[in-house]
Amino acid sequence: MSALTFAAQDSATMLGREIKHSIRLLRLLIVSAVLVPVVMLLLFDYILGATLGHGLGDAARGAPYIDYLVAGILVMTVAGGCGPTAINVTMDITGGLIDRIRTMAVTRGALLAGHVGVSVLRMLIATAAVTGVALLLGFRPKASVADWFAVAGIVAAFSSALAWLSAAIGLITKSVAGANGSTLPLSFLLPFLSSTFVPVDSMPAGVRWFAANQPFTPVVDSLRALLTGAPIGNAGYLALAWCAAIALVSYLWAQAAFRRGTR
Amino acid sequence: MNASTDHATRPAVSVSGLRKAYGTKVVLDGVDLTIAEAEVFALLGPNGAGKTTIVRILSTLIPADAGTATVMGHDLRSEAAAVRGVIGVTGQFSAVDNLLTGEENLHLMGRLLHLSAAERRARASELLERFDLAEAARQTPATYSGGMTRRLDVAMTLMGRPRLIFLDEPTTGLDPRSRQIMWQLIRGLVAQGVTILLTTQYLEEADQLADRVAMLDRGRIVAEGTPEELKRRMPGAHIRLLFADAGSLDKAARELPEGTRDNEALVLRVPNDGGVRSLRSMLARLGDDVAVEDLSINTPNLDDVFFAVTGNASKEKN
Repeated sequence: MSALTFAAQDSATMLGREIKHSIRLLRLLIVSAVLVPVVMLLLFDYILGATLGHGLGDAARGAPYIDYLVAGILVMTVAGGCGPTAINVTMDITGGLIDRIRTMAVTRGALLAGHVGVSVLRMLIATAAVTGVALLLGFRPKASVADWFAVAGIVAAFSSALAWLSAAIGLITKSVAGANGSTLPLSFLLPFLSSTFVPVDSMPAGVRWFAANQPFTPVVDSLRALLTGAPIGNAGYLALAWCAAIALVSYLWAQAAFRRGTR
Repeated sequence: MNASTDHATRPAVSVSGLRKAYGTKVVLDGVDLTIAEAEVFALLGPNGAGKTTIVRILSTLIPADAGTATVMGHDLRSEAAAVRGVIGVTGQFSAVDNLLTGEENLHLMGRLLHLSAAERRARASELLERFDLAEAARQTPATYSGGMTRRLDVAMTLMGRPRLIFLDEPTTGLDPRSRQIMWQLIRGLVAQGVTILLTTQYLEEADQLADRVAMLDRGRIVAEGTPEELKRRMPGAHIRLLFADAGSLDKAARELPEGTRDNEALVLRVPNDGGVRSLRSMLARLGDDVAVEDLSINTPNLDDVFFAVTGNASKEKN
């Protein structure tokens, strides 16, 4: 068999292993991947939504706050998948499995490919589930079929970028607690410092510059434009460019960290 | 014919001038090793001696700073992939997947080794049987004892029938019964002609299992040979006599001038092979009126050798 066949076979093996892991940890994953974003949705829509929606002005385009909010919640759902991915990779290091595999004639990238592949799968399923809950709670998107495909594409690109980033973070952290902590900026801080909940124009000057220019904002903006039928401008291209850049840098970082090993 | 002669004489592992340092801390300070095929070679040394570092280098996990090594005829540096194809590694800490069952762990290894489905099933059930894990095959290692986890760990290493196996402290932390079981399993591997590089901090383990032993201390090999050769380097066996008071010790020392006395411990060590006849004759010379509190027969073991060659103060042993 050729090296390419082995590479595909090894990646499929590791993918299968990660799927088995996800099924065995299903209850835990449902809480962290779906329940947390749904709680955020409820908090911001039911409790803060009236005031926030009122303050949106033109940005709301005459729709209820939930229509503005859902794009950001979907981005938070994807980002919420970073913690479990980094933790799974770190557990393979601390548990010795990565070293075991590094002493075997296994395709070098297979283990990470398995982690990242299943991480993206989890993020996509969680995003679909959260979208479903949002629809039940009164979210009324104005997206066409083509828009929905574009939404799926951007969510997939963003998921791949964050999954590779989380895998790299997981490889360089020494403990499970460290892996969890290192992904908190991604899953909690960056969404707040972006257009997730309110337009960046309403933020204080210093934060506004950061929020306007960090990758989460074009991702949220493009999803929001597609879902609410607003003009998308160049947000879509900007989002995809950011995703490609993050994915590439994280991929190279992760591969280097894997080769370097645990010591 | 030529090829088979070649095969027979080629060492399984050949290491020369191996060095490794982390910053200013020198871990390996020029290690030379030759391990013959089908031999059990034990690296013996205390924590921090460099045993694990040698295993990690030879199993392609980390590069050495200097030195050359071949493993099963493959150069470690330029043919790392080929080396990985013939070795099996059981690290110092068990590397099992805790979310998969014992059986699934073995199948995972089988898939990564590209075994066919039939081969995988046959090999997994054979190993589960041999390692006494058949009953626990459908459970995850979370429910296993330390000994069971370690056995699964070694079984995973054996899925691919490696010709050279690294066992890094395979029995550290195991209870005596699990240790005995592990020893039996290792002896079983030896019978199949597998080469084993074993590290241990237990001298008895090296004595029990190894054909040859290298003693490692602070990154250097300080002694090497068969367990018998190493023991022979020690001054011979002796009888240790403990007395109640200095007077008795004096009297005994006069009767047995070949002994060496330790006035503080009230102990006299008399060279003696410990056989019944020589013991009886020594006691006869000692006479009836010397009160001996305690008597013990000491034959040299690898502990004595280790402490002698490393210069570490030997504790009083009985």
